[in-house]
Amino acid sequence: MKSQYQNRIELLQGTLDLLILQTLLWGPQHGYGISQVIRTQSGEVLQVDTGSLYPALHRLEKQKWIKSEWKLTEKNQEAKFYQLTAAGRKQLAEERSRWEQLSDAIGAVLKNPVIG
Amino acid sequence: MDSRKNEDLEAEIQSHLQMAAQDKVAAGQSPRDARDATLREFGNVGMVKEVTREMWPGTSLESFLQDIRYGLRTLIKTPGFAVVAILTLALGIGANTAVFSVVNGVLLNPLPFRDADRLVVLFHDKANFPEGSISYPNFLDWQRDNQSFEAMAAYRQNGFSITGAGEPENVHGQRISSTFFPVLGVNPVLGRNFSADEDRLGANPTVMISEGLWKRKFGSDPAIIGRRLIVEGVGRTIVGVIPAGFRLRISNFRTGDVYLPIGEDTEPQFRERSSAWGMDAIGLLKRGVTLEQARQDMARVNRGLAAAYPDVDAGIKSRIVPLKEHMVGELRPVLLVLLGAVAFVLLISCVNVANLLLARSNSRQREFAIRVALGAAQQRIVRQLLTESILLALVGGVLGLILAKWGTAAALAAVPRSLPRAENIGLDFHVLLYTFGISLVAGIVFGLVPALKTSHSHIGSTLKESGRNLAGTRGRAQGAFVVAEMALALVLLTGAGLMIRTLFHLWEVDPGFNPHDILTFNVSPSSSLASKSPDAIRAAYREMHAAIRSVPGVEAASFNWGAHPMEGDAEESFWVQGQPKPARRADLPYALQYVVQPEYLELMQTPLKSGRFLRPDDNDHSQFVVVIDEDFAAQYFPGKNPIGQHLVNEQTGGRERVEEIVGVAGHVKQFGLDQDAINTLHAQIYESFFQQEDDLMRRVAKGTDVFVRTRAGIDPTSVFPAIQHALNRVDAGMVVFGPENMDQTVADSIAQKRFSMTLLAVFAALALLLASIGIYGVLSYLVGQRTQEIGVRMALGAQRSDVLRLIMNDGARMALLGIGIGVVVALGLTHLMTSMLFGVRPTDPLTFAAVTLVLGWIALLACYVPAHRAMRVDPTVALRYE
Repeated sequence: MKSQYQNRIELLQGTLDLLILQTLLWGPQHGYGISQVIRTQSGEVLQVDTGSLYPALHRLEKQKWIKSEWKLTEKNQEAKFYQLTAAGRKQLAEERSRWEQLSDAIGAVLKNPVIG
Repeated sequence: MDSRKNEDLEAEIQSHLQMAAQDKVAAGQSPRDARDATLREFGNVGMVKEVTREMWPGTSLESFLQDIRYGLRTLIKTPGFAVVAILTLALGIGANTAVFSVVNGVLLNPLPFRDADRLVVLFHDKANFPEGSISYPNFLDWQRDNQSFEAMAAYRQNGFSITGAGEPENVHGQRISSTFFPVLGVNPVLGRNFSADEDRLGANPTVMISEGLWKRKFGSDPAIIGRRLIVEGVGRTIVGVIPAGFRLRISNFRTGDVYLPIGEDTEPQFRERSSAWGMDAIGLLKRGVTLEQARQDMARVNRGLAAAYPDVDAGIKSRIVPLKEHMVGELRPVLLVLLGAVAFVLLISCVNVANLLLARSNSRQREFAIRVALGAAQQRIVRQLLTESILLALVGGVLGLILAKWGTAAALAAVPRSLPRAENIGLDFHVLLYTFGISLVAGIVFGLVPALKTSHSHIGSTLKESGRNLAGTRGRAQGAFVVAEMALALVLLTGAGLMIRTLFHLWEVDPGFNPHDILTFNVSPSSSLASKSPDAIRAAYREMHAAIRSVPGVEAASFNWGAHPMEGDAEESFWVQGQPKPARRADLPYALQYVVQPEYLELMQTPLKSGRFLRPDDNDHSQFVVVIDEDFAAQYFPGKNPIGQHLVNEQTGGRERVEEIVGVAGHVKQFGLDQDAINTLHAQIYESFFQQEDDLMRRVAKGTDVFVRTRAGIDPTSVFPAIQHALNRVDAGMVVFGPENMDQTVADSIAQKRFSMTLLAVFAALALLLASIGIYGVLSYLVGQRTQEIGVRMALGAQRSDVLRLIMNDGARMALLGIGIGVVVALGLTHLMTSMLFGVRPTDPLTFAAVTLVLGWIALLACYVPAHRAMRVDPTVALRYE
């Protein structure tokens, strides 16, 4: 039971990283903005928990895949904006291809007719 | 740095909340609703910050400090728990620190001498006395002929009267070889050591004094060197002052106030090769020479002596013991047993606190589950919990240090005399390190199990279960704790029980005399007495005796110039007239010798077995008589009547003195209540004080012991000032000193065993208390857990007595299992105590039965309270119990 639970967390974290990096591909964004983008783009399916989002952002920053800067928003408010670094772009490309491989592989399994 | 990052995170979250709320207002919500909804959606702000911070690259020190801050906050939030846990640990750690500080001071610390590991004590190993005294001629030959010692030095202790500097007084002193202080590496604070020239017959009389005497008598006069001090009536030039820091207490040596060269002692008997005048020696081994090499070397020297002086030195052996071993060797097993015992107490404390932590971690289950769900690593939570428990242990350790300081002082006050090196005991760096170490280990030991259990428990179900925990597994862990506690407590109780039985046995031992209401002290008449005629000396002593007897409260009095029961021995060689005299003096048998007056037997209340005791008319004009003890009779006259037989002993100059045996007295436990049976010398003789030879009377003139029986019901020492006064009226220059209560002397002879018993009993009581608290706590907790179940049972018709039995059964099972394991462990461990016991075997069934019963009853009592509470559970309340 315990190990299953841990796997779920890891899967979510890994996926969240991919989603965050993907979101930032379109330009710098703050935490709230990132969660809004993921929610709307996923058709309201993916709700990003703040307790996962902020640790993920800080971890990605520690790994130097993103960097942060305080800037003014369109509504003239101070917010901490994150943006992709060069390393982050490379990481995004890797994670995308891994995700696509995984997705293809799972898709292939699911599409195969059941034998016997 | 840390605080800026925290502010930054705070601002980031605030901006998030603000933007989210603005969006909701834009969507048509009221600002108030928008703010509430935003906060709800965001979740626990503190928790989000916490888990985010864990991602920071911060150093391990930072996160460690963070853990400590968090830990302190949690402890402060539950002060009751913290206080109980810290006090429990402080007791355990304090007791350990106290015992360790004794072990450290006595066993571990090196002796305070240069080259301490090369210092040895030398004895003459002979029949009855493996550590017998050496004769001066033999010592000189050892010193000259050996090849393994850098130097040897002899010493012999004495009381010395000093006059010519203020009030006359008697001080403790030593006669020493000129090499004595150089061997130890002790340098005078002022002046110099004796020269070899001053350490021989006919030398100019010199003396070294202690720094204490220098201060007391001479006001620390810097020009003291070269001044004169009158010792035993002889003017001596002061050549050196020994530092106050010099302390040594070994067989026949005690730090004194005056030191005289041993080689200038003019006493003719002292220079006889056959004499045994309480002289021992120390030696400094040459660098690189092992103990074994030195022993072989001395065996070679002794073969030469045996060949040269077959009459007295046939079979002569040396005994060489490392100085430290000689000082503390006997104590080592005792201290190690105590150290082991006190470690058990700490273990029980740890188990108790682990129990408390388990019970508490229960209520924090949700807190940790949430943190894990939010991404905190389990490892991190274990670390957090461990930090908390180590924090507890360290606070407990600091408090324990204070307890230890106080406890050690109390323990040492209980044994002022029997513990060697007691002055070394204190809280030094090693002790502090030890305390820190055991606190740390204790923190990990009692923290680890609860921490692992808490962090590994089933998070999903914990969250679902809305705070109800897993009584099953938790109960098992706590049950195991109780079993362990019971087992540990049983082992300690057994140890204490064996010591208590030992002491009871010792108290029941008949010392062979009645020590109540006996005062002993010493007299040292004016030095002019020694130069008078033997008859004048006898007359002076008769006058002194009359003076002592005239003091109100004195019922009987006797001088004793010989062995002092349980304090010091004196022997005389003899042979039985009519039996062949051994060819060599070395083969003569010895008997313990008491030189006393007729009142001695009545005074000591030693029983007379047959014949008569000494009488006042046994004086210097009548036939020499002697009274022997029953062991002497059994050994030398088995199955015969010794009365009327004669003993012969050889006097100085070879003259034979014949004494008629007139009576047989009971045996006196000369060597102490426990040691007398072990010692091989048992035969005892009583000779008449006033029948001593003339040359002995001159030595008696320098001083002797006095025994006084006082009226029952008064403190024997209370009559001492009156006696002092009465004696000084006879001889104003007489020094009367060293009053001691015989009861105290007997008690001191078993002080070490009493000390062990007291400490073990205290530890066992502590263990019993902690273990009962432990079993009580666990059962209360389990009853709390099972309230619902109990409610169901009662609703289904269970009687209250059934419930009581149910809970009692639980407790009894744990207690019995613990007791069973404890008995097995105790059987394996108590043999380590063999050397501490007397009259009881380490597997004494009575002790085992008794401690099992005591522990069993106390455990049942501890179970009864929560069981009784369970019995009174109201089913309707219990069923709603959450």
